[in-house]
Amino acid sequence: MTDNTNINSFQKQKNKEEMKKQLITFALMIGFTIIAFAIVATEAMDKMFAIPLLLILAVVQVAFQFYYFMHMKDKGHEFPSMMIYGGIWAAILTVAALVAIVWW
Amino acid sequence: MSIAAAQKKGFGAVIWDYLTTVDHKKIAHLYLFGGGFFFLLGGLEALFIRIQLIKPENDFLSAGLYNEMITMHGTTMIFLAAMPLLLGIMNAIMPLQIGARDVAFPFLNSLGFWLFMFGGVLLNCSWFLGGAPDAGWTAYTPLSTTSPGHGVDFYILGLQISGAGTLMGGINFLVTIVTMRAPGMTYMRMPLFTWTTFVTSVLILFAFPALTVGLFLLMFDRMFGSAFFEVSLGGNAVIWQHLFWIFGHPEVYILILPAFGVFSDIFATFSKKRLFGYTAMVFATILIAFLGFMVWAHHMFTVGLGPVANAIFAIATMAIAVPTGIKIFNWLATMWGGSITINSAMLWSLAFIPSFTIGGMTGVMLASAVADYQYHDSYFVVAHFHYVIVGGVVFGILAALHYWWPKMFGKILNEALGKLSFWLFFIGFHLTFFIQHFLGLMGMPRRYWVFLEDQGLDIGNLVSTIGALLMGVGGLLFVINIIYTSVKGEKAPADPWDGRTLEWAIPSPPPFYNFKQTPLVRGLDPLWIEKTEGKGEMTAAEPLGDIHMPDGSILPFIMSLGFFIAGFGFIYQVDQKAWLVAVFAGMGIALACMLIRSLKDYHGFHITKEELEREAD
Amino acid sequence: MSHDHSLNPETMPQEPEKATLEGKNKFLGLWFFLGGETVLFASLFGTFLALRNSTADGPAGEEIFGLELVFLMTMLLLTSSLTSVYAMYHMKNNDFKKMQLWLGITAFLGIGFLACEIYEFYHYIHEYHFTFRSSAFGSAFYTLVGFHGGHVAFGLSWLIAIMVRNAKRGLNLYNAPKYYTFSLYWHFIDVVWVFIFTVVYLMGKVG
Repeated sequence: MTDNTNINSFQKQKNKEEMKKQLITFALMIGFTIIAFAIVATEAMDKMFAIPLLLILAVVQVAFQFYYFMHMKDKGHEFPSMMIYGGIWAAILTVAALVAIVWW
Repeated sequence: MSIAAAQKKGFGAVIWDYLTTVDHKKIAHLYLFGGGFFFLLGGLEALFIRIQLIKPENDFLSAGLYNEMITMHGTTMIFLAAMPLLLGIMNAIMPLQIGARDVAFPFLNSLGFWLFMFGGVLLNCSWFLGGAPDAGWTAYTPLSTTSPGHGVDFYILGLQISGAGTLMGGINFLVTIVTMRAPGMTYMRMPLFTWTTFVTSVLILFAFPALTVGLFLLMFDRMFGSAFFEVSLGGNAVIWQHLFWIFGHPEVYILILPAFGVFSDIFATFSKKRLFGYTAMVFATILIAFLGFMVWAHHMFTVGLGPVANAIFAIATMAIAVPTGIKIFNWLATMWGGSITINSAMLWSLAFIPSFTIGGMTGVMLASAVADYQYHDSYFVVAHFHYVIVGGVVFGILAALHYWWPKMFGKILNEALGKLSFWLFFIGFHLTFFIQHFLGLMGMPRRYWVFLEDQGLDIGNLVSTIGALLMGVGGLLFVINIIYTSVKGEKAPADPWDGRTLEWAIPSPPPFYNFKQTPLVRGLDPLWIEKTEGKGEMTAAEPLGDIHMPDGSILPFIMSLGFFIAGFGFIYQVDQKAWLVAVFAGMGIALACMLIRSLKDYHGFHITKEELEREAD
Repeated sequence: MSHDHSLNPETMPQEPEKATLEGKNKFLGLWFFLGGETVLFASLFGTFLALRNSTADGPAGEEIFGLELVFLMTMLLLTSSLTSVYAMYHMKNNDFKKMQLWLGITAFLGIGFLACEIYEFYHYIHEYHFTFRSSAFGSAFYTLVGFHGGHVAFGLSWLIAIMVRNAKRGLNLYNAPKYYTFSLYWHFIDVVWVFIFTVVYLMGKVG
């Protein structure tokens, strides 16, 4: 049990570094959000350009959320990522259908 | 609950035991009897439909009642019979096949069953409360949003509640297979039935939420005045069709894939050969599931989605024939040169191959979008989907019941009765549905309550009805077989079929902890490996020790009851706002149960090593 | 075998949420559930996108949405996501008090978010007479945003329940998975909100 304290301090250090990454992630997410709102608030861009850009910003932000905040980048997350990607695939099909082939 | 206490119990104690059980084998019994009950109900509805169509312009059923009959037949058979029967078989067998002592979430397992049961009962209450749903099992809007009375409301709430239960079942099986496999049981050593359970659960996970949302939208439109499908306020009726079929088509594969798994295990066992092309079978299963998600619009070819969309979905649909063909040929090759035993389980499996292939072939015909304009909503479609669902799923369920009955109930089903019921059902089935292809091609539309004389439809419909009656007799004989077996049947040994997989390595029926010691798996068909190497039994992967078991709980029952009460409240608050009390009371009960579950600790209990040793004597 | 006794720094495993089979099961089960939730919200988003211009002469999104409030709500929810990351950081360091503190902040921010949303709905209904029943767009808007709000409310009750339940007994291997699965659920709510503010509000404003 004595060497446990060593492992713990090592682990604590690792956790701390991890937390630093999380903070950077958070800063980036806030940045993206502000950019997105700024694009719309200032009406700086044409709609054709703004909408894809807004969607890209959202997707990147969500990827940060999944990979860093929810640890999907870590080991032991093979099944979670498989299921999330499966869900995303089904989600894309659903949204595409309801947007593109709803008959009026 | 100690082992000694489990031996002899009064009637009340047995009921209480089943109400509170979290044991996957007992929950399987509940699923099988619940699903079996609804299967008989759905069968009765089918007979009423066929009797109505026995001769031209029959007046056995009124037009309105006929609509209720077809709606309830479809809904009951899919959601309340086929799914729970399959979930029951999965529950009983899959944990045994991977060498687990229970499922990952025993509590959720029980909750899933009770939600299904209360949902089914709620739906069927409609018969006595002013009329059943009558908008077809697909409940297309605006027919379903404008259908008078409360019938469709019962459909919405009944399916919403039972659907939630199915979703829980799916997640539960997935986690069980990922985390609870015995040592050595790698993914590519899992029996095909376990594999198909896994893939089916993935489909449940991704398909059911679409139904949940669709039902919510329909509920809001009917009960709370929203405008999703109300064209005058900008709504769109096609949204329902998309959401329903995004769920509905994967649902077809949710039903058929487990049946594929059943046949794979049965063919291997009774041919005394390992499954031909195991790896191809696994990947074909995954491919079917993947493609199955991208074909839903083939139910909507005539809606007017446009030629591009129709072409994409037509091609994707035809592509599914490829992995399915792989499977058919692999089953044939498994039997090729094998030492084949033909018994009831094998008869159902053998009959499945040609029957399902016919259904698959008409499926490819229907997949051609151009030709579909001719077939759409005709009896050709009715014939097609009964060939795949009866010829595939029902045959699969009956084969599985014959095959695993000794493992689940400890007795072998009577062979003579089994064969007799098979032949009656099999002949009746083809008599009923084969002729319907031609009725459809001659122009008989589905869902019409009468047809006219002298249009060439008279004989065909008569033959079809006679076939349906034969199926009814066959089904009844199966029920008699169950009763006969439970009274007089011979006690089953642990391994009556000279089996290959882990479930045959433990007694029939298994003790409630399944495996005294977790087995060590050394390859595909683990028991067969031990048999061929002369040992004949599994090597233990752990020393004999205490076994940790989960606590039983009445909460799932009460929670489902809460949703059931709330369901009535939602349905009737449209007429009378006082019924909102039932909504709040019911949801309150359900949420309180969740809170109790969250706050109370459930540590389970241990079966001690000494008890296990005493058991061995 | 019992997980009843609290952990101390010496017996603390690296990942207390996955140290037991029950914990592993809960962890995977919640992730898989989130996979299903993805499709649930996709169906709602798809419905919304199909109906976003079906205003039936009622108010349209660009007329009524106010970006200031949405920005505030976004900040509240994003920050609450970070605070729950902090809570999990302290869980891994086995610092129960700090974990509860950060979770408390998370709950506080979540309540703030919910209050803003209720105010927003109230505002639309009373200022613009824009209701659930006024058009297909109205139905789709309130259903999508309301489903998300319902998820937030459920998450808050869940969080408060486990915080109160475990306040006195500290962290152990039995309740660590409960905290961890909550944090996953909470992040997922945030993910959904990112798409809501992008698709519903920002794209609604752009037109």
